[in-house]
Amino acid sequence: MEDQDYSPKSRRRFLQKFGSLGLGSLAVSSGLIESCTNTTKDLASGKKITLLNSKNELVEVDSAYISNLNKDLAPNHNSESRKGLPGKKFVLVVDLAKCKNARKCMDKCQAVHQLRPDQHHLNVLVMKDSEHTAPYYMPKHCQHCDNPPCVKVCPVDATFKRSDGIVLIDNERCIGCRFCIAACPYSARSFNWYEPKDAEKYKDVAYDIEKNVPQKKGTVTKCTFSADCLREGKLPYCVSACPNGVYYFGNELEDAVTNGTSGETVSLSGLLAQNSGYRLMEDLGTAPSVYYLPPNDRAQIPEIENTNS
Amino acid sequence: MTDLYRKEKQHKKEQLQELVADLTSPMNHTNSNFKLWIGFLLVLIAVAGVFYVRQIMQGLGTTDMRDIASWGLYISNFVFLIAVSLVGSLITAILKLSNQQWATPLTRIAEIIAVAALFSALAIIVVDMGRPDRLWHIFVYGRLQSPIVWDILVVNTYLVISLLLLYLPMIPDIALLRKNMGHKPKWQQKMYKTLSLGWQGTEDQFKILNLSMTILMVLIIPVALSIHTVTSWLFASTLRPGWDSTIFGPYFVAGAFMVGAAAVIVTMYIIRVNYKFKEYITDFHFDTMGKLLVLTSLVYLYFNLNEFMVPAYKMKSGESAHILGLLVGDYALMFWLVQILGMILPILLMVFKPFRKPLPLLIISVFIVIGAFFKRYLIVTPTLLHPFLPVQNYPASYHHYSPTASESMIVIGSIAGIALVISLFIKLFPIIPIWETAHEKGFDNEILNNS
Repeated sequence: MEDQDYSPKSRRRFLQKFGSLGLGSLAVSSGLIESCTNTTKDLASGKKITLLNSKNELVEVDSAYISNLNKDLAPNHNSESRKGLPGKKFVLVVDLAKCKNARKCMDKCQAVHQLRPDQHHLNVLVMKDSEHTAPYYMPKHCQHCDNPPCVKVCPVDATFKRSDGIVLIDNERCIGCRFCIAACPYSARSFNWYEPKDAEKYKDVAYDIEKNVPQKKGTVTKCTFSADCLREGKLPYCVSACPNGVYYFGNELEDAVTNGTSGETVSLSGLLAQNSGYRLMEDLGTAPSVYYLPPNDRAQIPEIENTNS
Repeated sequence: MTDLYRKEKQHKKEQLQELVADLTSPMNHTNSNFKLWIGFLLVLIAVAGVFYVRQIMQGLGTTDMRDIASWGLYISNFVFLIAVSLVGSLITAILKLSNQQWATPLTRIAEIIAVAALFSALAIIVVDMGRPDRLWHIFVYGRLQSPIVWDILVVNTYLVISLLLLYLPMIPDIALLRKNMGHKPKWQQKMYKTLSLGWQGTEDQFKILNLSMTILMVLIIPVALSIHTVTSWLFASTLRPGWDSTIFGPYFVAGAFMVGAAAVIVTMYIIRVNYKFKEYITDFHFDTMGKLLVLTSLVYLYFNLNEFMVPAYKMKSGESAHILGLLVGDYALMFWLVQILGMILPILLMVFKPFRKPLPLLIISVFIVIGAFFKRYLIVTPTLLHPFLPVQNYPASYHHYSPTASESMIVIGSIAGIALVISLFIKLFPIIPIWETAHEKGFDNEILNNS
C-alpha cells in the first residue's frame, strides 16, 4: 500500500491482488458495487475477482464488471477537499487491549504533519478509570464527531465537516480565535503558537487541506484522519504505522474495517458487538466516529508513577 | 417693573455664566500633573504596542497560552471590559427612563466609560487573534451559527448606540462651547462648530433631541443585555465543566452592573476631587450610587451562590476537579480573595451609611473593580486547565497558566487606553452636562440660547 504511482491501472492491480487474497478492503468497494450489479452487460472475461459486498459476503465477480475509479481520483483541489469522498463514512476502531504504548502512530503523525513534539493530532494517554483499577494506554485522535462542537462555533467556516464524516480545518481560512479548541471536549486540537517546525523547508510546498501541511503560524491544526491517504485508497498514517494491531479503519457504510497491522478486514458491527465497543463521553452527544474496544489486557501494563508528565 | 425684570434677568445670566465657567473649568485649566499623567499613559500604551509588534512577529507563543489553556488574560480582559461598558446603559438609560433625576451629572461619565471600554474591548479581541491579518474573513466568510459572530454584531450595535447616546445630549453643550471657547486653538473651534450641527436651541430641535434620546434609551437596554449575554455564551455554548451552565447570561449581566457601577464611582470620585466639582457631584450622589452598588452586588451574590454552591454540592465527575480547584485548590486563594474582598465584604460595609461617604465608597469600589477583573480571569482560565481528558505528553508548563510580561503589559496598555480616552475627553468636552444641569437648576432655553 506504499504505491506512489496512482494511475487507475495500478489501482486495478492493487484491487486484484487484494481481492484474490480474499480480504476485500475499505478502499475497494464504493465504485465497485455499482458495476457488479450492472448485469445487462455481457463482457465476461472469465477472470474472477473476489470482493466483499455491502452485506458482508465474499462474492466472486468477473473483472470486466469492474469499472475504473476515475471519479475517486479527482485532482486534490482544496475546494474538492471540502466535499468528502462519495459513498464513505469513515470510522476508526481502537483496540485498547492491544496498545502497548509503542507510539509509532504518534511519531508518524508528527513527522507527516509537520508538528512539534508538543503538538498532538494524536496523543497516547495513560488512563485510569478509578483509583484501584489498573491503568491502560489510550490513543486519542480527533473523534470526528457527527455533532462536532468545534465546527458549530467556528466564525468563518474554517473548520468543517465533510460528507464522509471527516472534520478538517482550512488553515488558509482560520483566523486563530481558538474557539474550536475551547469547545472541543476531547482536547484534540493544537495551535501554532510559533512559526511551525521546519517552516523554511515547507515554504514552497502547496497547501494540502487534507493533510493540513504546510502548517501556518497563528492557526489551529488537527487530526485529518489522513484524508490525503484515504483519497488515494490507503489507510491513515497512524493506522499503518502501528506494530501492535491496535487500529481498525474503514467505511461505516460498508460495515467493514481493516486492521492496519494485519491487513485483516472484519465487520465493524461484529467487532463492536463482540468486544463491547464504546465511544468516549457518549453522554455529551457529540457522536464520535472513533470507537474503542475495552482494555481487557490492562493487567499487563506496569503501574505508571506519574500520569501527568 | 421692567427694570426689576431686567435686573433679575441679568442676575440669572450671571449665574448661568458662572455655571458654564464652572463646568468648563476642566477644559480651561491644565496643570503639569495632567501632562505628566497623559505622558505616563502614552508610555504604557507605547510599551503595549512594542510587545504587540513582537507578538505579531513571533506568534502568540509570546503569551503563556498553550494548547490546554488556549484562552487567557486577553479573553478575561475582554469579558471585563464588556462588563464595564454595560454601565453606560444602566446609568443613562435605565435610571433616566425611570426618572431618576439625580443621575444627570453622572450620565456622561458613564457613557464615556462605556464607549472607551468598548473600543478597548474590540482592540483586545483583535490582539487575541492568531491571524489579525485575516479579520476581514469574518465579514466575508462569517457564519451566523457562531457565537463570535453574534458577539461582533451586538457589540458593534451597542457601540453605535452608545456613541449616539454620548453625542446627542452633548450637541447643545457643544453649541455653547462654540460661543464660549474663543480662546482655544483653531482646530478645536472648528471641531465644535462641526459637531454642534448648527444647533440653535429651538423648541423643535429640543423636541427632536428628546425623542431621539428616548428611542435610543429604550433601544439600548435589550442591546446592552445582549452584549453581555452573548459574551457569556462564548463560554456557555461549550461542553466544558465550569462553562456548561444555563445561568451564565444573567450571571454575567448581574456582575457587569456591579463592576460598572463601581467603575463610575471611581471615575466620579477622581473627577470630583481633581476638578473641585463638590457642588455638582455631591455626597448624595455617592450615597445613592452606593445603594445602587449594594443592590447590584446582592443580585450578583445570589448568582454566585447558584453558580458555585450547586455544582459543589453535587460534585459531578468532570465538574468536581474544576470546582475543587476554585474552592480549595490552585485557585482557592484568588477565588476567596475575589469573593470576600470584591463582593461579600463590600456589601456588608456599604449597607451602613458611613461607608457610602465618598472616600470609603471609593476604596470599596476600587476593590470591587479589581476583584471583578480577577473574577473574569477565574471564569476563563481554570476551566481550560481542567479538560475532560488528562493533560499528558506536554511540557510541564502546560499544566499551569501564568500570563507573561508581554501579555500583562498589553492588557495594562488596554486599560491605559481607556484612561487616556476619558482624560482627553474631559479636556475637550464638559464631563458634566451643562444644559441638563442648567435646566434642572431652573434656567430656561431662552437664557441658555443667549449665553
